[in-house]
Amino acid sequence: MLLEVRNLTVRFGSKTVVDSVSFDLEASSRLGIIGESGSGKTLTTLAIIGLLPETAKVSGSVTFEGKELIGLADRDFSAIRGNRIGMVFQEPLTALNPLMRVGKQIAQPLRNHQGVTLKEGLKRAMELCARVGLPDPDRIIRSYPHQLSGGQRQRIGLAIALACSPALLIADEPTTALDVTVQKEVLSLMNSLVAEEGSSLIFVSHDLPVVASITERVAVMQNGEIVELASVNSMFQDASHEYSRKLIQAARTSDAELGHFTESPSA
Amino acid sequence: MMWNRNLLIGASLVGFNVLVAMLSLVWTPYDPLEIEPALSLTRPSTAHLLGTDENGRDILSNLIVGSRATLITGVMAVVICMVVGVTVGIATSVSPRWIESPAIFGIDIVLALPTVLFAIVLAAVYGPSTITAIFAIGIALSASVAQVTRREVNVVLTSDYVTAARASGSSTRRVIRRHILPNIRASLFVQASGACAVAILAESTLSYLGLGTTPPAPSWGRMMASLQQFLLIDPIFPLWPGLAIVITVLGFNLLGDGLREVLDPTLRESKH
Repeated sequence: MLLEVRNLTVRFGSKTVVDSVSFDLEASSRLGIIGESGSGKTLTTLAIIGLLPETAKVSGSVTFEGKELIGLADRDFSAIRGNRIGMVFQEPLTALNPLMRVGKQIAQPLRNHQGVTLKEGLKRAMELCARVGLPDPDRIIRSYPHQLSGGQRQRIGLAIALACSPALLIADEPTTALDVTVQKEVLSLMNSLVAEEGSSLIFVSHDLPVVASITERVAVMQNGEIVELASVNSMFQDASHEYSRKLIQAARTSDAELGHFTESPSA
Repeated sequence: MMWNRNLLIGASLVGFNVLVAMLSLVWTPYDPLEIEPALSLTRPSTAHLLGTDENGRDILSNLIVGSRATLITGVMAVVICMVVGVTVGIATSVSPRWIESPAIFGIDIVLALPTVLFAIVLAAVYGPSTITAIFAIGIALSASVAQVTRREVNVVLTSDYVTAARASGSSTRRVIRRHILPNIRASLFVQASGACAVAILAESTLSYLGLGTTPPAPSWGRMMASLQQFLLIDPIFPLWPGLAIVITVLGFNLLGDGLREVLDPTLRESKH
């Protein structure tokens, strides 16, 4: 088992924001976490990667590649982050340092973990740019984040997360901030890269159709708890929890409306 | 390079000051310490461009030499306050709570001490000298530098790109070097320029009170103190050292503003 999460609980003061969350993730498998804002899905992923604020109280257990991550010293955690676990963030503009050329930022995980020189790192950054489908890598690595488009920035985010070929990729609403057309491109890129690398994927989103298109299993979160965890197929066939049924209903309704729109010109 | 008005004016004024201070090492119109009782309190003339003081010393020569003490005190005090303030500011910001809280308390205590009062106490204990003034001003200013640094660092620490940098395995030291320092750099330059202006004012105040640069070395603050006695004879006498102080302080403030505008690439980009 690549990742085992058992009774993961996160508290801020007396408020429980993640409540006894448990799930498993096998190597090369994919899990979607879905839920509305404030349901605790992002905090769950931050707890796994150990980046919750100091004020958060975390209990339970997260075992990754046989190692307990909860309570791991920051120094040891740094050796895992960006190396064995990669992360893609929601807002690609703010997740990039505005004052650093993107080449250096792509090279960062390589320099952190593989001790490569800046020159070597930049060379690898250009290769990674090509892999994530960015044209003209030579120009891209010398650009600042604000000189790139949203889609380009998120491709950079993917390049950073996948630079060290992690066993697990965590994507926190990676397409929410993008245009719908760009969204599709980034999703299919992520899909093929994760498949090529043989990485596992945790994909956090509030958008059920998006999650269904890229993962095999879905965990539905509400008020910090996982209320339902099932494969995508069985979820669509017979969701047992009321909130899951609502989500599916909403997705079907918007699908039907879209269908109506595409048919209307011929009518 | 872009034509930033503030930066241009500020840099010119500061640059002029530095040139004058360097010039004073090799040349002054007259010996600034030469006493000429016959020329006591003369108005500006072609021989003495800014006139002479009560002892007949050439005011212009004294101003030129005085710029040295002013600049040295300002720059040294700023070096001390920036090194101490930025180090303390960053270190406390990234520290766990049990170190951070007492450190904030300490910063607040130093902050509560008025700069000049603190300097007066130090001067009373160690005797008035330029060195005492430099240390007093440097330490007193470091608290506010630490506070501003902390505020800036905390903004950067909560930013997504620091979380992202940590998510790619950067250690705290690397986060400080690659992300925090570059992103607070612009604000540090502004701080340093502003602190320089404050330090120069503080030095003048201390010298005015007789607690800074010791005689006979010329200093703008002391010139101000002695020449203001003759305000009623002719207000032009204390005008000169006052003008020198104002221009220098203005120069450093404009330099800081200009630097901020030039160093922030988002401000730069929006100009096009």
